[in-house]
Amino acid sequence: MPFPPFRKRLMNVDLRDIHKSFGLVRANIGINLTIPAGTIQGILGENGAGKSTLMKVLSGFIRADRGDILLDGRPVQIHSPADAIRHGLGMLHQDPLDFPPLRILDDFVLGRQGGLFPDRAAALRELRQLASQFGFAIDPEAYVDSLTVGERQQLEIVRLIWWGARVLIFDEPTTGISAAQKEKLFAALRLMAAQGKTILFVSHKLEDVEGLCHRTAVLRQGYLVGEAQPPYETSRLVEMMFGKAIEVEARNPCRGNDSTLTLKDLSVEDYRLKIRGLTLEVPSGEVIGLAGMEGSGQGLFLRSVAGLVRTVGGRIVLRGKDMTGRSYHAFKRQGAAFLPAARLEEGLATGLDLTEHFVLAEEPRGFFVNWQEGRRRAQRRIDDFNIHGKPSSRIESLSGGNQQRALLALLREPLTLLLLEHPTRGLDVESTIYIWSKLRERCRQGTSIVFVSSDLEEILQYSDRVLVFFGGKVTAPLDAGGLTSEMLGQLIGGKASPEPKPGVGA
Amino acid sequence: MRRGLWIHVVFQVGALVLALLLTTLILVAVGAPPFEAYASILRGAFGSSSNLERLLISWSPLLLTSAGVLITFSAGLWNIGVEGQMVLGAIFATWMLRSLQDTGVAPGLIIALGILAGAVGGALWAGLAGALKTFGGVNEIFGGLGLNFVSTALTIYLVFGPWKRPGTGSMSGTQPFERALWLPSFPEMQLSPWALGLSILAILSVYLLLRGTHFGLRLKAVGRNMKAAFLMGVPTWQYTMFAFLLCGALAGLAGAIQVTGVYHRLLPNISNGYGFLGLLVAMLVNYQAIWAAPVAFFFASLNTGSVQLQLLYQLDSSFSGVLQSFLVLLVLLGEGARQRFLKTHWELRWTRTPS
Repeated sequence: MPFPPFRKRLMNVDLRDIHKSFGLVRANIGINLTIPAGTIQGILGENGAGKSTLMKVLSGFIRADRGDILLDGRPVQIHSPADAIRHGLGMLHQDPLDFPPLRILDDFVLGRQGGLFPDRAAALRELRQLASQFGFAIDPEAYVDSLTVGERQQLEIVRLIWWGARVLIFDEPTTGISAAQKEKLFAALRLMAAQGKTILFVSHKLEDVEGLCHRTAVLRQGYLVGEAQPPYETSRLVEMMFGKAIEVEARNPCRGNDSTLTLKDLSVEDYRLKIRGLTLEVPSGEVIGLAGMEGSGQGLFLRSVAGLVRTVGGRIVLRGKDMTGRSYHAFKRQGAAFLPAARLEEGLATGLDLTEHFVLAEEPRGFFVNWQEGRRRAQRRIDDFNIHGKPSSRIESLSGGNQQRALLALLREPLTLLLLEHPTRGLDVESTIYIWSKLRERCRQGTSIVFVSSDLEEILQYSDRVLVFFGGKVTAPLDAGGLTSEMLGQLIGGKASPEPKPGVGA
Repeated sequence: MRRGLWIHVVFQVGALVLALLLTTLILVAVGAPPFEAYASILRGAFGSSSNLERLLISWSPLLLTSAGVLITFSAGLWNIGVEGQMVLGAIFATWMLRSLQDTGVAPGLIIALGILAGAVGGALWAGLAGALKTFGGVNEIFGGLGLNFVSTALTIYLVFGPWKRPGTGSMSGTQPFERALWLPSFPEMQLSPWALGLSILAILSVYLLLRGTHFGLRLKAVGRNMKAAFLMGVPTWQYTMFAFLLCGALAGLAGAIQVTGVYHRLLPNISNGYGFLGLLVAMLVNYQAIWAAPVAFFFASLNTGSVQLQLLYQLDSSFSGVLQSFLVLLVLLGEGARQRFLKTHWELRWTRTPS
């Protein structure tokens, strides 16, 4: 059997003088890190600090240019992810690497080598047993593509443990999962650590690291710049991450008097959810945050307000015009824009460069493209939005943060209504602040914003009012000023809510 | 970028050499002297003015199908049905010529209408594949493949049924048209300046369309990411249909030229594989319309040149197909290898490692 059976041995991980460059970019420079078994080791740093590279070196996805990896004091050569798992190292990626069209059980069995016919019955038993140990509710017969990001992550954890991983690497695991799922994940991580497993927790979110990790190493521009242990001092961590202190723009509502969006008794449904009788009035310049566990109806609602999902009842009025039942392109002509969370899947076209994107985003004028003008405009937007790239850079060559900036830069001016799905998912603090400063600029010009986020802090920080979704039920619009993350967390969990009822507009 | 270009050239040339090596092995295996065989291909293509003429005659339909397929490729569509679209062009052209030949309409007008009908026929057939995809959810590869079989069956039915020659129908096709209905050719030649001009115009237009116009850019966006294109305001299904219609019209044009300018009748094998060959050309040039003309010329010269092989070495003339396929496979392979090479040795300049 290629994978060793589950062993209760502990494992210490030692990284010695790891170097890795990609062309001119030095991603890891002389990194030394010792992680004793049974600890949750945080790896903190902003986007591009070299966290993922270091973890990919450890998990066999890429080879270091120089340096050694020692497991229990023994130097090992890790040539591939399969190699890594043989050594007991398993990695959970930012985007789960599973097989959406498969059933969960098949997905689970896949990749485990052992004869022509997998022992499905045994696998099923072990899957159930492991899942219940961590309190995960996984239905082995469901299809993988019906799962949320959080559930896919749980499946991945169970699989790695089943494969005998003793060191588990989590790359930004709290990105894209709900607050409740995060709690469950943290509980599972603590349990694993208590069982003697070594956990590497990669994140750019201070609160996650502070709330979970036994020790934390901070990376900046390829260097390991410092280590810290609880009690953590947030300001010191921030300084290590960025080399300077960062300030957040103060709250400052710019609500106007004109009506941007009016929803009258709106009903939307898909195969899982029904949202009934939602009434809402959004004035110009207002920011509405939509909170809720993933799949509670906020995404469906957002897409229906964009004209991407057909409503089943009620009216949508956009800047005085009844848009009920119209297509997204009609909404777009009326000044609405929708930005999807899946940047490369829905928002940007890989293979095309920035200039081509900027030309595409504008209403075509004439038959022939004026490329010179297009390049000039692209360069201007690149400067405006601080995108690290050139007009001729292909979109997939940009980092996630830069892709998100590009997506925002593609929006036309002026806009009436901006609908955003997870506008800052996966971005570091600096990019998040930058993107919101750009969005607030829009608000000052009268654009209303409705956004979905699973980051409660983001909802509280940037919204004027908040709608909380739970199983398709929607709270009345809540004033963000009077909310705390605890209150919001309880509402999201469907607890202690003041009787979930159809929202009533201001 | 200079170095990137260099690496590109090295890999392309490597693929070419490898393809030649493999075909040489085959020649050796079947007992033909390889160098003489290659020489005879060259002679067959360029050895005499009549050989060169044959080359140009087969270049023009290939240019047309390549031009068409480049459009559907840009839109992310595998229009395998291009072969059938060419056949339908031939059928429509024949039908137009047959229905007008005894009416006293000016022959020049009849020919023009016949060619136009060919374009319409090809477009309709492509539109069918497009509609199947857009509204029926049938993958264009399967739809096109099915329609190809239907088009072949339709031709055979027409040649042996309603349009058969006086007496009994035969594989040699329908009754040839009168000389007046032939596409005018250069004096003393079979090569038609109209056919040549039309196909060169077509490839130039497609080059301009894909490179310089909003239409071409939006088509490309649809091909690269339909969802993103839609969110950016491109009416995606309409563009998909447009791509099919344009490609079909160009393929239909090729079919019409085969009827009016080359065979002067409808044959069971009127498309002669030019549709599929056009797909190979488009794959080889990887969306770059500017390279389609020389590559199509090269393929056409292989085609005409290898006719000689049969006479000299009893090698079937489909040997050129073997060489062409090797070439496409190896160039695609080389492209894959190049990208792997770049990925490991030379990261893109702006790539920051995701954290």
